[in-house]
Amino acid sequence: MSTIRERRITDQGLEIGLAALTQDRIREAVQAIRNSETGAKMKVYHETCMRCGMCAPACHFYVSNDNDPSYAPVAKVHQTMTRILNGEDIGPQDVYDFAQIAYTECNLCRRCAFYCPVGIDIGYIMSTVRRFCYKLGMVPQYLNDTGNSHASTMNQMWVKEDEWTDSLLWQEEEARDEFPHIRIPLDKEGADIFYSVIGPEPKFQTQLIYQAACIMHVAGLDWTMPSFPGWDNSDMSMYIGDFETMGRVKKAHFDAAQKLKCKRIVMGECGHAFRSVHDVGNRWLGAKDSPVPIVHSIKFFADLIREGKIKIAYKIDDPVTIHDPCNVIRGRGLMDELRYVTHALCSNVIEMTPNREYNYCCCAGGGVINCGPPYKNSRVQGNRVKAEQIKRTGATIVISPCHNCHSGLEDIVHGAKIDAKISFLGDLIYPQMEKPAHFTEPAPCNGGGHV
Amino acid sequence: METLYLLARGPLCWATAIIFVLAMGWKLSKAWSEAKAKDGSSVAYLSWKFGLRSIFNWAIPYNALGWKENPLICAATFCLHLSLLLLVLFADGHTVLWEYTFGLRIWALSPMLSDILSVVALTSLGVLAWRRIAVPQVKFVTGPADWLALILVTVPVLTGFLSGFLGGTSALTLTTLHILTAEILIVLIPFTRLSHAVFIFFTRAYIGSEFGGVRHCRDW
Repeated sequence: MSTIRERRITDQGLEIGLAALTQDRIREAVQAIRNSETGAKMKVYHETCMRCGMCAPACHFYVSNDNDPSYAPVAKVHQTMTRILNGEDIGPQDVYDFAQIAYTECNLCRRCAFYCPVGIDIGYIMSTVRRFCYKLGMVPQYLNDTGNSHASTMNQMWVKEDEWTDSLLWQEEEARDEFPHIRIPLDKEGADIFYSVIGPEPKFQTQLIYQAACIMHVAGLDWTMPSFPGWDNSDMSMYIGDFETMGRVKKAHFDAAQKLKCKRIVMGECGHAFRSVHDVGNRWLGAKDSPVPIVHSIKFFADLIREGKIKIAYKIDDPVTIHDPCNVIRGRGLMDELRYVTHALCSNVIEMTPNREYNYCCCAGGGVINCGPPYKNSRVQGNRVKAEQIKRTGATIVISPCHNCHSGLEDIVHGAKIDAKISFLGDLIYPQMEKPAHFTEPAPCNGGGHV
Repeated sequence: METLYLLARGPLCWATAIIFVLAMGWKLSKAWSEAKAKDGSSVAYLSWKFGLRSIFNWAIPYNALGWKENPLICAATFCLHLSLLLLVLFADGHTVLWEYTFGLRIWALSPMLSDILSVVALTSLGVLAWRRIAVPQVKFVTGPADWLALILVTVPVLTGFLSGFLGGTSALTLTTLHILTAEILIVLIPFTRLSHAVFIFFTRAYIGSEFGGVRHCRDW
């Protein structure tokens, strides 16, 4: 068994936070967690957890680290929140340990919920530990940077307003080579669909915007994107524990859709953003469900195919497996829709074991991958079980309709030297959908010429 | 000893019942009012349908994923709770007291069945204690409160079981000890981890409501 102190990872953000910690500040944060930040829910969890250890095999960190007991979900609570609630002496170095456990050794994936007979939500407890660390300025540097970006720009990646619209116009122009009539409609009032993406898409994954625009175009949909802040549905502030910024970011997102009077928000293939809009951020805003109807891409694509709005021209024969992202499967039950779309695109689908809502986490979500390079090795090592899962299927393509899962699985298959490619659903739909001639023919121009 | 026995069976029994009802009632009402005040964003999602669905599915042995992957503790947990429930309600000595105190005539377990159930309960408690010592992930998180909970349950079961094999003064002593330790157990339920006996219905129903209503997914 290792201890959290033995496996400490140097993080510039935590080091800076540590230097500014005082006992008084820690005491104040403890009081805040005990008296104002939490209520009966936390107290009852604290009192009724039977310390049975049944949750241990639920956690990919525990299983992948040779059943090291210190990685068991209950052990993570025991080393952090239990100490806060018991009123134990907590020093600056302890807060460093708390931050490493809560931000980098728990993905808040909630798989342990299937294992706890008492029904304790360990994801909630670890989120609250993060809140405690955030209140003390103890946030890993890379993750904190995304939070600062959210607070300053309302997007995760420091994308300036002109850069955002430039990226969209650039993708529109690129796509016009293929679809001469295509538009990425900006600020279209009353559109049926408000399409929102996450910060990394305009920053370094613009092909995803391209693909989405092509799919919308071929399906003949009435859609728009905002030219102003609110286009980013992502939310690292939620994972940092900075709920105030989370609220501002979510409000900007919903406000943008409402300002444009759109009927619904369709969002790209992201898991954590989906959690933020329908489960966490909306609650902070006082909305029981999302203030504007929200559809995740998995459901959106399934409906497009089911209703014949897009037709799949051919299926691929490569062996394909499905990774079930926690925030859309355990978080919203979209497992059947995900399989419907995958089977429409692929003829050779091999299921992982376990799968669907029981699937192991990617080990990237929950803001863990956003903690950056210092934690890459512990993240890859902490999900050996996922690498083994993928390897057993023999698949060469892993469908993963979530950005964090996508990036995390790439690291995992690379680390385990598995010859598999990670793919979004859009990556397959875009090349495999029928593109009728009237979409791809050049647009007529004055005088009968072509543009 | 006889005086103590009569005291334990009479006034202390009533005192135990009153203290338990008042303390548990106070804890529940305090938790509920605090939940409404501070956990509004959780309380809003409580659902009878999904809450009961979760309780039902976790009440079936080896149904939930956690039970399937922890077969030994699943067996120990169900054996312990079921045998305790049957013994508390239907052990032959208890049925006499039900009738004597409340005038309720109910079906009684045969002495042999009571003994078998006591052995089952003690074995299950032994398994739970063994896990606290020998299973690393359990040992890592085990503290005095966990041992207290185990001891509080074990002593009345053990004394109740042994009293049936003795006669005369020893039987009276053990029976008195059985009643007194059972009373201590009941009084302490609201103040120890044993409060899960009541709170589990709320925590289970709550997570079931979240998974069913918000996450459209089962939680077992």
